[in-house]
Amino acid sequence: MTPTLANYLIASGLLFAIGLGGVMLRRSIIIIFMSLEMMLSAANLSLVAFSRYGLVAGHQNFDAQVLVFFIITVAAAEVAVGLAIIVSLYRARQTTHVEDLDTLKF
Amino acid sequence: MHLSTVAWITLVVPLVAAALILLVTRTSKPLAAGLAILSALIACAGGWILFLGNAEGTFLGFNWIDFGNAFSIPFALALDPLSRTMLVVVTTISPLVFIYSIGYMREEEGFWRFFAGLALFLFSMLGIVLADNLVMMFIFWELVGVSSYILIGHYFGKDSAADAAKQAFLVNRIGDFGFMLGILLFWVATGTFTFAGINGAAGVFVQNPTLLGIACVLIFCGTVGKSAQFPLHVWLPNSMEGPTPVSSLLHAATMVAAGVYLLARIFPILSASPGACEVVAVTGAITALGAGILATQQDDIKGILAYSTISQLGYMVAGAGLAVSAALPMFHLFTHAFFKCLLFLTAGSVIIGMHHEQNIWQMGGLGKKMPVTFLTYLCGMLALSGCFFFSGHYSKDLIMACSYEHHRTVFWMLVVAAALTPFYMTRQAMVVFFGKPRSEHARHAHESPLVMLVPLILLAIPAVCAGYPFVEHYFFHEIGSLAEPEVPHFVEIVFAAAFFLGLGAAALIYRNVEKDPIRIPFLEHRFYIDDFYFWIVRVIQGGIARLFSFIDRWFIDGILVRGSATVVWTVGFALRFLQVGNIQAYAFFFGAGVVGLIYLLLTVK
Repeated sequence: MTPTLANYLIASGLLFAIGLGGVMLRRSIIIIFMSLEMMLSAANLSLVAFSRYGLVAGHQNFDAQVLVFFIITVAAAEVAVGLAIIVSLYRARQTTHVEDLDTLKF
Repeated sequence: MHLSTVAWITLVVPLVAAALILLVTRTSKPLAAGLAILSALIACAGGWILFLGNAEGTFLGFNWIDFGNAFSIPFALALDPLSRTMLVVVTTISPLVFIYSIGYMREEEGFWRFFAGLALFLFSMLGIVLADNLVMMFIFWELVGVSSYILIGHYFGKDSAADAAKQAFLVNRIGDFGFMLGILLFWVATGTFTFAGINGAAGVFVQNPTLLGIACVLIFCGTVGKSAQFPLHVWLPNSMEGPTPVSSLLHAATMVAAGVYLLARIFPILSASPGACEVVAVTGAITALGAGILATQQDDIKGILAYSTISQLGYMVAGAGLAVSAALPMFHLFTHAFFKCLLFLTAGSVIIGMHHEQNIWQMGGLGKKMPVTFLTYLCGMLALSGCFFFSGHYSKDLIMACSYEHHRTVFWMLVVAAALTPFYMTRQAMVVFFGKPRSEHARHAHESPLVMLVPLILLAIPAVCAGYPFVEHYFFHEIGSLAEPEVPHFVEIVFAAAFFLGLGAAALIYRNVEKDPIRIPFLEHRFYIDDFYFWIVRVIQGGIARLFSFIDRWFIDGILVRGSATVVWTVGFALRFLQVGNIQAYAFFFGAGVVGLIYLLLTVK
């Protein structure tokens, strides 16, 4: 059986939901960060799937796949910055638990 | 030099002097006084040249506002017998008072300010006298008010003086409002502002005498304010807070007479309206009588004279209201200007001699210490009282005789006032100049310097002579007839009886007394009219103020200003509970928001 667009989208949705669940529920900021990356991957997956199955005037269109490469590049940069922030946050606060970081609370 | 040039020079020179004093000669006392007196002397010369040259006609300066026939206000000087005579009165008295002021004000603060004010006043007064139309007169009328305000408030550091200046201005405003409405009404009816045009327009009103009556009474409102007629007389006694030369020149001789002059100016049209004349005559008579009564219980030497001025202005206004001749009120204005100016200047001399003590019950026996002041005072006092062979007798008796013929009620009121005049003047003379000194100041009183005495002597001459028939003929035969009306003999006996009764009663009562033997609180409190006005101000103005304060405090402040602030604060207070400080909660809000947004996009069309 060959996978259809729907299969890809379901996988992508699951991946996104798992990522969102991780962001919502996990307490360690590192894990939250990883879950965020997972949500990005879910978006990438659906983009590639749309590109693979979507024909424009009977021809394959690679725009979305090119966009995915850009997203991966930007995400790599973002991870570098994000990890740097987490490291300096840990140095300042000696913790990476989001519950302890509530200075902005009223 | 053409007479029109003379007229313009006469008008403008005092203004130039005022400007120069204010801008250039602030530091120099002699220069300030010199400039003012020089301008007054030039005006005096100009006034007499115009009078002797029989200047006649309208000298157009420029068209101030000009929309053709529809609406035009020329800036022009009108010279006719009426303005010529008034010009002589104003310009003759002014230099004397100016010179006297050197002596009176020599130790005072703001010497230059004072003389600048006097010069400005002279300019404004000449503007009133020479104005050719009502609008121009109104402008100078207000300018006179301004200079009066400046001069009354000369000692502005004193609260009472500042209040008096303010009151004079505000009370005049009430009258001037009517005056302005009257001007507009005349314009609507006749289409012109000039006196010549309005006075010739009686025909316009034949169909509508009520309109004429209303217009005349509205114009008369200006007189009521400026000439301190009942019920707007309250400002004049208070204006005595100003320096005495000011009281003399503005608040006795010339400025307050401007209202009477206005009535004489519109006399032809005024006399065409019997209703308006009735109002004018009765107002004048009430004022003459009421102020005469009040003058009997004043203790301030200037206060007595102030009420007597109001009373005499009442005579003039009543004289105008009798609709006999414009010369009738003007004749009394003419004599009164001299003797009342003189009386105020002698009062000033007494005040200086007494080291600024004004209560007559602190004085006494000044006759021997200040002989020149005393003698000149007697001239003025007898003239005011209506003594035979003194100027006031001729003009006042003429008004009363005319009133006998035309209006009996007014006549009897004036007779009572005529008995009161010698009464309060004799009271003042007895207490101030006779008897024993009642205080240290009175024991050490001294005669005033020559610079003050010379104007007194010079003014005493017209105070005695200004009423003689040949003078009267000389100044008034062109204005209107002043023929003595045919009255029964008993009327003349009544006049004489009134004079001797007042004089004798006061001489008996106030001989060698230490304190006032008659105390009538009702009169000392000026009929409680002042208190009544204060009450009105408190109730009406206070009520309105409280209403607005309520609106301001509860509606504008409470609901609009604080209400909006409260709403914003409350919303902010509620919303800040969303700031839980948990990053995952924010993520949840964000996610929920996106889901909600997608839902909306898909369902809401």
